[in-house]
Amino acid sequence: MEFFEDWPGYLDVAINWSDRLLEGLWTTIQLTIFGGLLAFVVAVVLGLIAGSPRAWLRVPARIIIELFRGVSLVVLLFWLMFVLPQIWMRADGLPFEGLVYNTFLLGVMALGINYGAYGAEAVRASMTTVPKGQWEATTALSMSWPHKMRRVIFPQAWALMLPSLTNLWVHLLKGSAIAYIMPFVSDFTAELNQLRRPTDIWFSHAFIGLVVYFILALIITLFMQALEARAKNKLGRGPSLLEILSPAPKPVTAGGAR
Amino acid sequence: MPTPTESHSPAPAEAGTPVIEFTDVEKRFGDNVVLKDLNFSVARGERVTLIGPSGSGKTTILRLVMTLEELTGGYIHIDGEPLTHEQRGGKRVPVSKKQQKKLRTRIGMVFQQFNLFPNMTVLENIIEAPVHVLGQSKQEAVQKAKSLLEQVGLPDKADAHPTSLSGGQQQRVAIARALAMDPEILLLDEVTSALDPEVVGDVLNILREVADTTNVTMLIVTHEMGFARDVSHKVMMFDGGRVVEEGHPETIFTAPEHERTQKFLGAVLGH
Repeated sequence: MEFFEDWPGYLDVAINWSDRLLEGLWTTIQLTIFGGLLAFVVAVVLGLIAGSPRAWLRVPARIIIELFRGVSLVVLLFWLMFVLPQIWMRADGLPFEGLVYNTFLLGVMALGINYGAYGAEAVRASMTTVPKGQWEATTALSMSWPHKMRRVIFPQAWALMLPSLTNLWVHLLKGSAIAYIMPFVSDFTAELNQLRRPTDIWFSHAFIGLVVYFILALIITLFMQALEARAKNKLGRGPSLLEILSPAPKPVTAGGAR
Repeated sequence: MPTPTESHSPAPAEAGTPVIEFTDVEKRFGDNVVLKDLNFSVARGERVTLIGPSGSGKTTILRLVMTLEELTGGYIHIDGEPLTHEQRGGKRVPVSKKQQKKLRTRIGMVFQQFNLFPNMTVLENIIEAPVHVLGQSKQEAVQKAKSLLEQVGLPDKADAHPTSLSGGQQQRVAIARALAMDPEILLLDEVTSALDPEVVGDVLNILREVADTTNVTMLIVTHEMGFARDVSHKVMMFDGGRVVEEGHPETIFTAPEHERTQKFLGAVLGH
């Protein structure tokens, strides 16, 4: 096939570029991990506040959630990268000067806030699916709000929110590709854009990009599925991680043979 | 002194401050009035059973005492102190969270659906609140939990997960969990209604023993009339959010005065 004729040569080019590609990959991994961690913190804090029965807490949280869910990641990044520094440039002596010009940190913040706002909905919704009887039992035992959340409600909601958080984290990984617009940050997609020049877009983006992002997403999914299995096992549903991973063959159950 | 025909202790003297006192209590859900102008009091150590058709407001009374429902009118006093609202300057104002919490730690509740925490073992379920709410040492709480598990007949289930237990076993753990808080008042909300008929007797026997060996005040909602007759000092018959009739269990069960009570007992006792 003519289409693949040049690919052996491209492969050599890619190997020559491997240092830069690995550097970009490392940046993407860092953006995904730090952005994901920040998003998780934002999601839990906003999600808990948005589930509060007190309106003066709930309403501001809802506004923040809706705002950052509505703003697209590109627009958010653009504001943080190009508009925010203008303010600092014009007024001397404002605090956080180092932060405003640290584009990597701003990128992590944009990813964290944007996906955190989505995650907040998952956190809030999973709290409401914890059975009413569990909440009532905590009241009957006079548990304080932080106590019941930390020890009873959140551990049960955790198993329910994990599938949504997995989805969001994979989205965040792919969203991190938007970092290629960020000055001074060369993520994997930015490096693929460079690789495209000596090769072509099919080889760099549609082949290398496809495979690498797919593997990264797979790693996230497997990791999160392990967390979910562990969480369910702690609630007394499903086998423990050790049982899932142990190589011992499962005994054939009756009816399963047919 | 208990007589052979009467297994339970005699009713406590109606002296001193009542442990629970309802004054002009009204509870409505939207436009639906569930309880109206309800006045009654429960003395220390007294065991009161609420009977009546479903929807008559019995369970709501327990839930009001446990502060699981908001009181829409009137006052509830625990040991003479206001639980939810108090009268100040001629106005009905809510009490402080601190005050409510202080009174609430004296009240325990066992639910129809057990409501054990599935993310904790049996032992952890029992010691969670004594350690983190009452501030007991873990060692002390564990020791007490183990003796309570012994009392409810599950000494070997301390490390089991609630989901691995039968309904009857879960309810016995729930009773141990409530007792671990050393409540002055124990609320029992249809505790055997979700159980298989053959284990109902076990759970009731445990509660009989608690009634015999402690001085805990009990407010009971049940459909087990034999149990009600055995353990309670007083039975209150509810219908439509009001007390139709109240009295000694022997009187209520053998010679009810009110026609509504006669009809209800005839239906539930099957004669």
